[in-house]
Amino acid sequence: MGVGLAALTKLAGTRTLDRVGLRGPVENLVSAATRNGFRAAGAAGRTFKAAQRLGGPARPAPAPDTGLFDLAPGEEQQMIVDTVGEFAAEQLRPAAAEADAKLAPPDGLLSRAAELGVTLVGIPEELGGIGTERSVVTNVLVGEALAHGDMGLAVAVLAPSAVSTALVQWGDEHQQATYLPAFVGDNVPAAALAVQERKALYDPFKPATRARRTPKGYQLDGVKSLVPRAAEAELFIVSADLEGRGPALFIVESSTAGVTIEPEPAMGLRGAATGRLHLDKVSLPGSALLGGGSAETFTELVRLSRLGWAALACGTAKAVLDYVVPYVNERQAFGEPISHRQGVAFQVADIGIELEGMRLVTLRAAARAEQGKPFAREVALARKLATDKGMQIGSAGVQLLGGHGFVKEHPVERWYRDLRAIGVLEGVLLP
Amino acid sequence: MINLEPPKKAGALVNQAYQAAAEVFRPISRKYDRAEHAYPSELDMFAALLDGLNGSGEGGAGASGVRRGDDDGKSNGNRNGGNLSTVLGTIEMCWGDVALLLSMPRQGLGNAAIASVANDEQLERFAGLWAAMAITEPGCGSDSAAITATAELDGDEYVLNGEKIFVTAGQRADAVVVWASLDRSKGRAAIKSFVVEKGTPGFEVVRLEHKLGIRASDTAVLRFENCRVPKENLLGTPEIDTKKGFAGVMQTFDNTRPLVAAMAIGVARAALEETARILAEAGVTVDYDKPANSQHAAAAAYLQLEADYEAAYLLTLESAWMADNRKPNSLHASMAKAKAGRSVVDITLRCVELAGTLGYTEDLLLEKWSRDAKILDIFEGTQQIQQLIVARKLLGKASAELK
Repeated sequence: MGVGLAALTKLAGTRTLDRVGLRGPVENLVSAATRNGFRAAGAAGRTFKAAQRLGGPARPAPAPDTGLFDLAPGEEQQMIVDTVGEFAAEQLRPAAAEADAKLAPPDGLLSRAAELGVTLVGIPEELGGIGTERSVVTNVLVGEALAHGDMGLAVAVLAPSAVSTALVQWGDEHQQATYLPAFVGDNVPAAALAVQERKALYDPFKPATRARRTPKGYQLDGVKSLVPRAAEAELFIVSADLEGRGPALFIVESSTAGVTIEPEPAMGLRGAATGRLHLDKVSLPGSALLGGGSAETFTELVRLSRLGWAALACGTAKAVLDYVVPYVNERQAFGEPISHRQGVAFQVADIGIELEGMRLVTLRAAARAEQGKPFAREVALARKLATDKGMQIGSAGVQLLGGHGFVKEHPVERWYRDLRAIGVLEGVLLP
Repeated sequence: MINLEPPKKAGALVNQAYQAAAEVFRPISRKYDRAEHAYPSELDMFAALLDGLNGSGEGGAGASGVRRGDDDGKSNGNRNGGNLSTVLGTIEMCWGDVALLLSMPRQGLGNAAIASVANDEQLERFAGLWAAMAITEPGCGSDSAAITATAELDGDEYVLNGEKIFVTAGQRADAVVVWASLDRSKGRAAIKSFVVEKGTPGFEVVRLEHKLGIRASDTAVLRFENCRVPKENLLGTPEIDTKKGFAGVMQTFDNTRPLVAAMAIGVARAALEETARILAEAGVTVDYDKPANSQHAAAAAYLQLEADYEAAYLLTLESAWMADNRKPNSLHASMAKAKAGRSVVDITLRCVELAGTLGYTEDLLLEKWSRDAKILDIFEGTQQIQQLIVARKLLGKASAELK
């Protein structure tokens, strides 16, 4: 560090920088480096307190099984998806480039998203939401529609729903009464599901974050990576290994002592304001353990999260397709639109084919999940396709625009960066 | 309500088809791969049974064809009909053996063409006929508009002249649906299909091909020399509508492509199941929860293959479901065919690689499936033709623009 500083000082003192007009960019670099190193306490946050007493936890019933193959969304479902689609086109897409540059969603966007009721769909009526039954398919369609606008902002919008869905699915009556009212109110708290860690070949079933039993409850130690809206989040659900017996989930309020946040910008998803969550001797009450620490709960959470990422991949891949079609039809080369060449046209065809395939596999997994059927296989296949074909589509999107795809005048380079998140990230979403 | 499970009511049919594939096809699969051109006589009795299945109206397996508007059409709700169950049955049968399904009496692609475009009188007249399909010529394959075979009206008969190659079941079938031009100066709009029955003077089977795979199925070269057929054997309308162009005969493809995709799904599933068994014996099993990159390389490869299989499977069901619900399905039929065709080749070849000598030798059927697979990415429109169709639809281009 000392040597670095010395070099920096020397650099700052030279007049060469001004002469070649490089001072601005270099200063920006330095400021980003500082920002990366800055660690702050978790958001101050509100006090979560159980306002009412529930007789027992409220859980949505599984969706019915009609016994028929059907690809048509229900009327109400279609209405929700259309509304969210409009929101994504009007609010997310235009704001995406700036959010990407500024590493933060634009002011007011998230409260407008909350007003849209994205979170409410997954919360049962008796807890103040609008859900009547498990709605994984609807949530997948919503995620897809949002990611068609922008994947980073979609993650920012959906992050609190992951926490509320986890509470609805696995919270006991006390946990539901304490935390869920805030998610159906006017001021939905920023919240995040933190599963990811900094490790090559990371396996969510083997977290390095440790939870130790204490006389009062638990103590958590570890670092979680790429947590959306980490700095402003008031509530986290964190995975940690419970005394060597495997992963369990804990509710962590941001104001708890030992919680610190550090910005952690990445290649993409920059609009989601990703950060690193440090847990240093964080002491939690016994009531912080979610779902009784059961292995089934955790496994289902990992599967659902992967489904969520597959849904986002479908939305962004569709954005790529919708963008390249008019481009290759308008772009002229050798006296005709480049789409008249098979080398170009076949790439577009393959985007269409692989996108439709991965979308159907994702929907099958979602439908099985909401009907309470086993869906481990289907979700694994959806994740595989979303990872491989999603990235292939992201890459083709840039390639088809050539040099124009490489510059920020077009969104395809951002989609390329965002689509690489699929297959890397675990947790975060919970459809 | 979105649900992508095969319909419950198709369960019995799928189970029957599976039993037949396991008990009838699999035991003779290797035998007829070796005895190319020998007639699989075991199939005769079984064919009668299949006729019963298809006659039930629930659809069955094989090329019973895809026909719109032959059910009530009153319900506006979601329909799971004959197209979907035919596709499901075909998958099961081809899990048994794709070449034997292609050799099933009365299940030829010609039957699919008749079922798709014939009028009611023709449907009745040709019922029970085993019909092959003759499109390709020595000088034209994918470019079916370049067909040189001709059909000239002479009194109440058409006079057919030309040579056809790659005719599946061309020797064994009772009849052949032949594509020929009424007027070569009028281009593709003049191409019509004709039913030519065996024994018609001037119709000759020249020879049978020796092939890479699907050896149980005979592939014939046919010659027509002043072959006269009644004019009522022209399928569809005899008018040359240059505006409507190729639509009439090409419509057949919208209906047969999901079936060929289904064949590919069946073969791919057979290879995947066998490979899973072999890998398990070698101590490798796939864990759907553990990250693929942390598993055995063979397990990770398997996951990738299974993912492609699943996408192809669901695209195939989608295209059949669209036909059941009277939604235009040309785009989706081509998507399904493209994805299933390339996936089955990739999957079966990779399975041979994963199984090593167990896969490569003739002891098991893996090597056979990987030979059978290749044709599925070629006939009823090659991979490249499917990509062309998909690209034209997505880009909104005519065939004159995107060639």
